[in-house]
Amino acid sequence: MAAPLLLKGGRVVDPSRDLDEAADVLIQDGRIAAVGLGLGAPDGATVRDVRGAVVAPGLVDVHVHLREPGNEDEETIATGARAAVAGGFTAVCAMPNTDPVTDNQAAVGFIVRQSLRAGFARVYPIGAISVGQRGQQLAEFGEMVGAGAVAVSDDGKPVASSHLMRTALEYARTFDIPVADHCEEPSLSAGGVMHEGLVATKLGLKGIPAAAEEIMVARDILLAELTGGRLHLCHLSTRGSVELMRRAKERGLRVTAEVTPHHLSLTEAACERYDTHAKMNPPLREAADLAALRQALQEGVIDCVASDHAPHAYDEKEAAFDDAPFGIVGLETAFGVAYTELVQGGALTLPQLILRMSTVPARVFGLPGGTLQPGAPADVVALDVTAGWCVDAARFHSKSRNTPFAGRSLTGRAALTLVAGEIVHDAPAAAQA
Amino acid sequence: MTAGLGKDLIGLERLSPDQIRLILDTAEPFKEVSERPIKKVPALRGKTIVNLFFESSTRTRISFEFAEKRLSADTVNVAATGSAVQKGETLVDTAKNLEAMRIDMVVIRHASSGAAQFLGDRIRSNVVNAGDGKHEHPTQALLDLLTIRDKLGRIEGVKVCLVGDILHSRVARSNIWGLTKLGAQVAVCGPHSLMPRGIADLGVTVLRRVEEAIEWADVLNVLRLQLERMEAGFIPSLREYYRVFGVTVERLAKAPRALAVMHPGPMNRGVEIDSRVADGPHSVILDQVTNGVAVRMAVLYLLAGGKPELADAAKGPAAGGTD
Repeated sequence: MAAPLLLKGGRVVDPSRDLDEAADVLIQDGRIAAVGLGLGAPDGATVRDVRGAVVAPGLVDVHVHLREPGNEDEETIATGARAAVAGGFTAVCAMPNTDPVTDNQAAVGFIVRQSLRAGFARVYPIGAISVGQRGQQLAEFGEMVGAGAVAVSDDGKPVASSHLMRTALEYARTFDIPVADHCEEPSLSAGGVMHEGLVATKLGLKGIPAAAEEIMVARDILLAELTGGRLHLCHLSTRGSVELMRRAKERGLRVTAEVTPHHLSLTEAACERYDTHAKMNPPLREAADLAALRQALQEGVIDCVASDHAPHAYDEKEAAFDDAPFGIVGLETAFGVAYTELVQGGALTLPQLILRMSTVPARVFGLPGGTLQPGAPADVVALDVTAGWCVDAARFHSKSRNTPFAGRSLTGRAALTLVAGEIVHDAPAAAQA
Repeated sequence: MTAGLGKDLIGLERLSPDQIRLILDTAEPFKEVSERPIKKVPALRGKTIVNLFFESSTRTRISFEFAEKRLSADTVNVAATGSAVQKGETLVDTAKNLEAMRIDMVVIRHASSGAAQFLGDRIRSNVVNAGDGKHEHPTQALLDLLTIRDKLGRIEGVKVCLVGDILHSRVARSNIWGLTKLGAQVAVCGPHSLMPRGIADLGVTVLRRVEEAIEWADVLNVLRLQLERMEAGFIPSLREYYRVFGVTVERLAKAPRALAVMHPGPMNRGVEIDSRVADGPHSVILDQVTNGVAVRMAVLYLLAGGKPELADAAKGPAAGGTD
């Protein structure tokens, strides 16, 4: 076990305890030992000066694609976990649309073992809802949970069959895990490559209407009500979805939702000139959607921010818009984009952002973390929210570079990331090296 | 006026009214070349042009090829079938290979919207969009504009209605940009299942019935209705389409004023247009085809850096003279 570590002089923001004050954080034996002003360093402790930084529970991302097994040229569990801690994330949930699909206990166990071997962030597997994500037969939720899965999802694909979604929600109740759905009505979205609106009309690209998402959001909410299951809605993108979520929460249903940093900061206009780095599913929508998503996050109608980190090889995006794959990387820009757009933009306070990027996502998926409560695992991030930085995709730890934020000036990034008390990312040290 | 069009011709959306007029005006002297016994002028002598057709086309490809040959350019045709493209070569590799061969110009037709832009952004050669997906088909719209100007003497204030499958039509988009920029009044008419979202925001009126379009318009531009649209469920049948939206002699007889009927081709006789209309007095369809060569000569000439005021001189001595 490493020596005790004292993070001295920071601003501690812990939304789990409604804490926002100048304090030191003492870490011992991989756990938070104490939080308070003027803490003394125990014998042999390392003291780290974090004046000027925000010390917060490590960020938690409930929606990433790590591509292993199957597409290790785009990302591996190790490179994804490294990218995560560089972005301030101490825990990520890996979606099961790997090749082969993570739809059984052996596949789930493989991800757990690879993540333990890699170190860096904690990687929690999400199992598939259906065998092979083919939308027909339920995967073995019980065995997957036994092997370490924390949720189930067929993300990447929608659950087209309402019957399958119903049984998934019902069956998942035994294990008390959320069923995370990618909401897309496939017959409405077929062939679509961007939001159906004026920009798509001008570009001559086939659109995906907002209704393609909203129909499934509405269906899933009705099924959550029918079954009493725990429903989690992935990457909401439309104002209509926000309204449906608002009503679901007012009725007290067990429904949670996430939104990505890109849907909170970019619109369909980013697709102009056929920029394939603005091609994602769900697509970037309109300014009114973006405004509704921001407000929903602030009010808690949407529970958390998730990156939907989706690495692709550089040459796959170097194609005509129709031919390029959906998705962008996000782990290393998520906090910077969110801080710059939402906190500096006045939509959220910093403690609210940490709540939505750490405490709440941990709670929604039942993960340890999201708190600096003494006794909790020392998953901690020290965030630099003063210095601006420019997104240089070539310096990503991720294997992939597909980001629409390249060249953007952002404020807010992880200076120091700790998982179980171990320093796994140290930006100042890296800069000196 | 800023002379020239820039490096590429991707679409009319990004051209100024002056640039569009420049192309139309430059096309005028080139019309005469096609009327000569020896249809060749030296304007692009020594230039190499590749006609890169990833999607089948007869009329547009031949029109470009004649335009190039009548300007004395050296041309190569690449069709998708049998080429490296069919063997899985990506657009970016095709672009790099063309670049390596030091081609002066590329004329590209591709099924993906944005393909011409993609190529133009990656090679130094001039790129001419000969139709990209559902995006734009600028030279078609330019020849439509030239035909309207020939027939009505002006474009400003003219009422033009595009009839048919607006949703999938690059011809419609390019026409909307070109016509609105030159001050025409533009309407679109067709089944709402074939109308793109937000089309009215482009400054056009949406007409529900073809009878309304005929009553309103000076020019009808009738778009091709593809069989695939019926198969994809956008319309119930070609038969019903003709019954509801077909431009027929009976309907045209009720037009309150002389009306010109255009069609970008290839026509589906008896689907979007009555044969008697296509071959009748309203039709200016073959004038469009003739103008296509002149407009494409103008575009190639201007992109190659030709001075518009020298277009006449660039034609060289009038044919039929000396020999």
